[in-house]
Amino acid sequence: MKARVFVTYKPGVLDPQGQTVCQFLKNQGQSKVRDVRIGKLIEFDLEEMPHSDAESLLKQISDSLLANPVIETYRVEVV
Amino acid sequence: MIFAVVTFPGSNCDRDCHDALERILGYRVRPVFHKENNLGLCDAVVIPGGFSYGDYLRAGAIAKLSPIMTDIRKFAEAGKPVIGICNGFQILCEAGLLPGALIRNHTLKFISRTVELRIENNHTAFSSEYESGQIIQLPIAHGEGCYIADNSTIDLLEVQKRVVFRYVGPVRFDAPNGNPNGSRNSIAGIINENGNVLGMMPHPERACDPLIGSTDGADVFRSIIFSLLHSGVKRPADIRV
Repeated sequence: MKARVFVTYKPGVLDPQGQTVCQFLKNQGQSKVRDVRIGKLIEFDLEEMPHSDAESLLKQISDSLLANPVIETYRVEVV
Repeated sequence: MIFAVVTFPGSNCDRDCHDALERILGYRVRPVFHKENNLGLCDAVVIPGGFSYGDYLRAGAIAKLSPIMTDIRKFAEAGKPVIGICNGFQILCEAGLLPGALIRNHTLKFISRTVELRIENNHTAFSSEYESGQIIQLPIAHGEGCYIADNSTIDLLEVQKRVVFRYVGPVRFDAPNGNPNGSRNSIAGIINENGNVLGMMPHPERACDPLIGSTDGADVFRSIIFSLLHSGVKRPADIRV
């Protein structure tokens, strides 16, 4: 089964990559872009298991490794 | 005195630390591989710079789960000195032994040059050999050295005088106030609440040999020795015959 974890910076944490992309788009004339934040998408291929088990497994992996709670938050999506 | 210098896959300042401590400063070094389960006999631990696990995911994120980290945590919790330099600082933050986090430099560039630092607190186990307010020159070499933490943590660090080193120069167009990487309050190095764990982005071990320009970094290690000699704690190096 497939699952995904999205890791993003918490609001307020400086994201210079996002700022650079945002500034570039504005310079290109994309006036409708207000802000850009860049995060990570981590894709998993898991053994078949109940949905809730997959979710708690990925939460555990995210808490211990994928996201740093000081600066990041994450969202788990089991497909 | 024995310093344990820990090597992770991707560490690249472990030899520099080894050389500075042993050949230049005359201390003993015990190289420790990250897969070992205990540090063995040592008085202080050095987590050197580099790119542990290629800095994949986040700098220090994977290294914090290495087997040796369990014993390093115990060592630190026993009040013994642990110093993390550059990637070592990042690992200590990831491991939760120091507060805050280190993110990408605000310039998005890897910075490799010499910076000026002010000794903000010389009443620590890592800075007692310096004068308070002394300006020293150390090299930095990092892409993720921007120190951040929430407001209350930053305030606490300042109030408790846990900022040991602060960037003050040189002032450049991309480094106003001499802050090269955008760190909050120009923080270059901090200690934990107990004062026995230090993390710093600049490289003191690269400034020990007069042959390569500066010896400003040597007093970091001399301070550790001074604090060990005056702590009254029985040192394993003494107990051993």
